Amino acid sequence: MNYSSLKIGLFIPCYVDQFYPQVGIATLELLEKLGCRVTFPTNQTCCGQPMANSGFEHLARPCDNLFFDLFSDCDYVVSPSGSCVLHIKEHLKADNRADESKVLRKRVYELVEFLTDILKIEHIEAEFPYRVGLHQGCHGQRGLHLSQMSELNAAPFSKPVFLLKQVKGLELIDLDRTDECCGFGGTFCVSEEAVSVKMGKDRVADHIRHNAEYITGSDMSCLMHLGGILKRSNSNVQIKHIAEILNSAVKKQIPVPIA
Amino acid sequence: MSKTIMEHSEASEVFNRDEPYVDWHDETLWFVRQKRDKSSKLLPEWEELRETASQIKNYVLSELDELLVQFEQKAKENGVHVHWAANAAEHNEIVLNLLKQHGITAMVKSKSMLTEECHMNEFLSKNGIDVIDTDLGERIVQLRKEPPSHIVLPAIHLKKKDIGDLFHEHLGTEAGATDPQYLAEAARQHLRDKFMTRRAALTGVNFAVADTGAFVVATNEGNADMGAHLADIHIASMGFEKIIPKQEHLGVFLRLLARSATGQPVTAYNSHFKKPREGQEMHIIIVDNGRTTQLGRADFRNSLKCIRCGACMNTCPVYRRSGGHSYHNAVAGPIGSILAPNLDMTKYADLPFASTLCGSCSNVCPVKIDIHDQLYKWRQVLAKGGHVPQTKGIGIRAMSMVLSQPRFYQWSGRLGRSVMRTVPFMVNNSLNPWYKQRDMPEPPKESFRDWYVRNRKE
Repeated sequence: MNYSSLKIGLFIPCYVDQFYPQVGIATLELLEKLGCRVTFPTNQTCCGQPMANSGFEHLARPCDNLFFDLFSDCDYVVSPSGSCVLHIKEHLKADNRADESKVLRKRVYELVEFLTDILKIEHIEAEFPYRVGLHQGCHGQRGLHLSQMSELNAAPFSKPVFLLKQVKGLELIDLDRTDECCGFGGTFCVSEEAVSVKMGKDRVADHIRHNAEYITGSDMSCLMHLGGILKRSNSNVQIKHIAEILNSAVKKQIPVPIA
Repeated sequence: MSKTIMEHSEASEVFNRDEPYVDWHDETLWFVRQKRDKSSKLLPEWEELRETASQIKNYVLSELDELLVQFEQKAKENGVHVHWAANAAEHNEIVLNLLKQHGITAMVKSKSMLTEECHMNEFLSKNGIDVIDTDLGERIVQLRKEPPSHIVLPAIHLKKKDIGDLFHEHLGTEAGATDPQYLAEAARQHLRDKFMTRRAALTGVNFAVADTGAFVVATNEGNADMGAHLADIHIASMGFEKIIPKQEHLGVFLRLLARSATGQPVTAYNSHFKKPREGQEMHIIIVDNGRTTQLGRADFRNSLKCIRCGACMNTCPVYRRSGGHSYHNAVAGPIGSILAPNLDMTKYADLPFASTLCGSCSNVCPVKIDIHDQLYKWRQVLAKGGHVPQTKGIGIRAMSMVLSQPRFYQWSGRLGRSVMRTVPFMVNNSLNPWYKQRDMPEPPKESFRDWYVRNRKE
């Protein structure tokens, strides 16, 4: 299928826009590399989740309206954040356009699932020669089913692992707890600071125990939280969004000069 | 009393001051979750069982009126006395009156979260009744004068040393003893005397079977049987949602209950009670205490499907790192957080926020309660009802204002990042809860949007 005929809207969540522009750039470049025609409506802001998860769903309505106006003419909307995508998929409701919102909800995809389920990518040209731990964001995993959860007695699968396994030189490490929450949780990270930090410390420790050099994931919010804890403890372990890894160029073989 | 209650976040902060203890608490409960995983994965039909149990409970909730009346009738035919209690106070009065009628001043009690919910022990002791909890964990917390911290494992927050010290003080065991077998034997001897001398026994009810009028009590220690068989009067207290339609449905629930709770294939004692033995009186108290209200809340009614296995607590990453007491409710953890606000929205307004909404609870739940979705929905109800702190409302309103207006958002972002770069102490200070134990992200000069406009926009 030729994807260049489709209009793909890029939704970059507010905190990624402000703090992690490189994740937005990697997502855009990756999609373009794969032949997509991507548009980024520059007046976008936020999915509305911070308000809604705090109990103020009604205050998220202006964000819903904005999202609807900017993206309703797209064939697909893609975003490098499982949590924001899940929120939109479950709650998007623009004023007086409840039914149309439901249609739009279905066209919104998290980056990884867009690559595996819509583009059906089977081969990725990328190189990342490091030991990498995968942190599964809960909303992406249990909400969007990016991978099987350990709670269920059901066949295992993992969309992000499928992609990461194709990255040259990347060594995916095992973890003691494959899908424990990192404790970010939106406003939870400040309103329940003590538990949030302890959860994050425990997640980080699991990766360090297994000698990770990088922690990756498809949710930058989890990674921001884990990154803040890593940095405070002066750890060498770094965070890297999965888009950045999948977009990391294969190093060109430099021909050895003839002596 | 309400003044001394700490909110969940505050109590968790205290709990987390002893990090090695938190690690131990987390590992202990994670071990139980892993046992649950192992035993549930031995059953190929596990997910089908969960679905079946969920459907049976859905049926129960929609036919509750009929089923309860049917149960009452059958139980009466079996020679059991049936009482109805609209609330906790009525329940407690019924128990007290029954004891008074028989001139009884001391009673043994096996585990019943309902009596915790009704604060029955407190009430009875004020009225001169001596209640002895016979579940080992319950007896331990009773001696410590504190509530259980877990519905299945009441004393899971305590270490062997704590028990040793407690038993030394109350049961006269050797000082410093921590051998579990020695301590359990001491408790056994202590409780045996109580069993032999108490004329009344109260038990909970795990399942009440509508078509037979019988009920089942599940224990691992056999203490429910011991109490009920030796007593002249057996009182069983049940929340009205404990009904199941038929005897054959027990096969579904009993298989799920023990595996979900502890990973055991079956509880050590599933005691079936149907009619009193000769010379004994058997009473069942069917309690509402807010359940009708919950049943009427469309978004929350299916919380009444709960079979009290505790799996959602064991899996909850927040519960494991904050302890049961931080929930200041008889039932802690995720399920407690969706049940409690029904009883008192002001007092329990903090609980639905004590979650990251990770969704693990809903997926271990043997009766498929959508716990994390209900936590989200309770937040909406509580915010609308004015039960969240005003300062929070103001903050969220300000956030909404910024995020609703693209240009204002872009301007604020630029300003914020510039402040973080030039005067970082404005953000990196003790007023910022993020910064207390985490570094802030490095603020880039350019947002993604700015980059896009500069590089891609014609």
